[in-house]
Amino acid sequence: MTLLLQVLVDGFVIGALYGLGAAGFTIIFGVSGVLNLAHGGVMVVAAMVAWMVAGGILHASLLTGVVCGVAAGMVTAYATYYLVVRPAQRSRRIPDEEREIFILTATLLLGIVIQEGIAYLFTSNPVTVPPLVSGVVHVFGVRTPTNELLIGVISWVVLGLLWLFVNRTRQGKAVLAASINPHGLAMLGFELPQIHRLVWGLYGLLGGVAGVLLATFEGASSGLVGGLTASAFIIVVLGGLGSVPGSLVAAYVIGFMETVTAYLISPAIRTLPGMVLLLLILYVRPQGLLGRR
Amino acid sequence: MNTSARKTIWTLGSFLAAMVLVAGVSLVAPAAHAKTKAPIRIGVIAPFSAIDGASIINGAEMAVDEINKAGGIEGRPVKLFKYDNHASATDAVRAFQRAVKQDHVVAIAGTFISEVALAIEPWSARLHTPFIVTGAASTKITGEVHNHYARDKYVFHNWLNSDFQGRVVCDFAKDELVGKLGYKTAVVMSEDAAWTQPLDVSYLKCLPKAGLKVLDHIRFSPDTNDFTPLFNKVESEHADVIIAGWAHVGVKPTVQWHQQQVPALLAGINAQAGASSFWKSTNGDTEGVITGTAGVSGAAVTPKSEPFTKAYTKRYHTTPAYNAYSTYDSIYMLKAAIEREHSTNADKLVTGLEKTDYLGTVGRVKFYGRNDLYTHGMEYGKDLVQTVVFQWQHGKQVPVWPHRVSLAKLEVPSFVKQHVAMNR
Repeated sequence: MTLLLQVLVDGFVIGALYGLGAAGFTIIFGVSGVLNLAHGGVMVVAAMVAWMVAGGILHASLLTGVVCGVAAGMVTAYATYYLVVRPAQRSRRIPDEEREIFILTATLLLGIVIQEGIAYLFTSNPVTVPPLVSGVVHVFGVRTPTNELLIGVISWVVLGLLWLFVNRTRQGKAVLAASINPHGLAMLGFELPQIHRLVWGLYGLLGGVAGVLLATFEGASSGLVGGLTASAFIIVVLGGLGSVPGSLVAAYVIGFMETVTAYLISPAIRTLPGMVLLLLILYVRPQGLLGRR
Repeated sequence: MNTSARKTIWTLGSFLAAMVLVAGVSLVAPAAHAKTKAPIRIGVIAPFSAIDGASIINGAEMAVDEINKAGGIEGRPVKLFKYDNHASATDAVRAFQRAVKQDHVVAIAGTFISEVALAIEPWSARLHTPFIVTGAASTKITGEVHNHYARDKYVFHNWLNSDFQGRVVCDFAKDELVGKLGYKTAVVMSEDAAWTQPLDVSYLKCLPKAGLKVLDHIRFSPDTNDFTPLFNKVESEHADVIIAGWAHVGVKPTVQWHQQQVPALLAGINAQAGASSFWKSTNGDTEGVITGTAGVSGAAVTPKSEPFTKAYTKRYHTTPAYNAYSTYDSIYMLKAAIEREHSTNADKLVTGLEKTDYLGTVGRVKFYGRNDLYTHGMEYGKDLVQTVVFQWQHGKQVPVWPHRVSLAKLEVPSFVKQHVAMNR
């Protein structure tokens, strides 16, 4: 019974964090058509800046650190868009049929540059951001760090705000429409560049929050950049590229599968069942669980 | 003579004069140059971007700078060549090859991680270049030398191997954990890596003899990010202390141990906790963590230990990790070997190094001989190298063992204390 509860608690938090990271990733694909292979970079940069400000070097307050971290995430997202993605999308020297591969490769390289840059500046050793709250709570006999539960709650609050934004505000509805039919949206008079600005900023915000929260729970290091991108990619493909609800469902499926595997079999192969599931889904239902295209 | 003819004569004349001048200078210069001798080239290989890798490079750099300030080796300056191996075996091998073939080093010191050191070892044999391992602990390193001496004699292991490190932890456990704290049970928790295989064998053999019953033996992948399931397992077994074998990991399990308030003391070997920057990386969650290492500020293991620790901290703004001490000592040991044999020839260097009896920063260093089990390994013993165990107390690394260097008693974190009290 205790084991089941431990799995539920741990899986809930992991799933929420994965969901937050994946939501941004899938929105970018839905609206911009870009699979950002530097995704892990956004999260880790946010984590490192938060540590630098709040923990390691500047010793400012935790709130300042978190805000700076999230801001750094947004800066990284914008840098990815304006320095790498947009020039590649607009360049006349790239043949149209090669454009997507070009952007994919460019973001992959950017991810590597970010990873090596972080290793050079901060070393490849992991750092942690101080927990938002310290102490433990006892939930049905399971001792859990309060911070861990708080991360789950915060992630869901942010996702809730995202839902409100997309479904209840004009700007948000425009984003949703852009992910369905960008040309139609342009014909209705919406400025697509403005939409892209909004979406990439939103992406940076989501990724930044996810990165900072992850750093308070597990820690962050340059080596995580590739792994986080891979996780987000798997979740988003499983859930259906472009579908935010799909990626949230997939995040929990993967999160729980990993947690159960880690507890019952071994942490060493925790990612394996999820990847096997992904292969099966691609075979049976290639558009993912809730995908449209 | 007309103007252009005069110009030609002037041009030719000055050109000739310049040639004579250059020739004259280059005849005189070598004579003066012969007084500055060719430098002795030494290479050091380590992963630059890891804290336990940068420490190797820094330790070597400090030794080389000191030696050069004091006049070099037999009047020759030492030139240090640094190579980043990115903790990759392939990069390390390439660095080794480049060091020998392109940069013509006479010997190489380093590296961090046993898997990388073992990958370099055959190249030390093939290229006949002495290689002093300073940041790895696997017993296989000296195993190769023992089994194939003629081929692998160029390799020396200047750090206590895992077998001995296990014994150090057991000696500490007997004196402090059992003797002073009255602990009875332990769980061995090690990362799955080459250096922990002999370490765990050593732990499982000597911990019961020290008075600690081993309730479980956990080996986890170094890629593990979430240690919650493992700590839950430890807790469910009601162990008094976790005996760790951690070097590739450090920050994550330590932070999660603290945040989850796992009711077991964390001791054994937590190599990354040996550097002062660990406090910052874990935001102080390392409070109460115990680990063995080469040296600690305040522990006068030898008369050279404290001055080195202070000078290193001043220069690099962090306390030295264990392999800074061992690499620093290695450079001096190479110097002694060269001076002993009056040569930098590889085979003579091997003979010279075998005669090492050097009082360094980690202790009195001697290497085991051809017929000993750990040929060319660092000798372990009370009057030789025993290393030191410290505990993070209130933000400082405080030596707690052996008795002659200990500065304070062991402190038990509150979330551990309650548990042990309940179990008695």
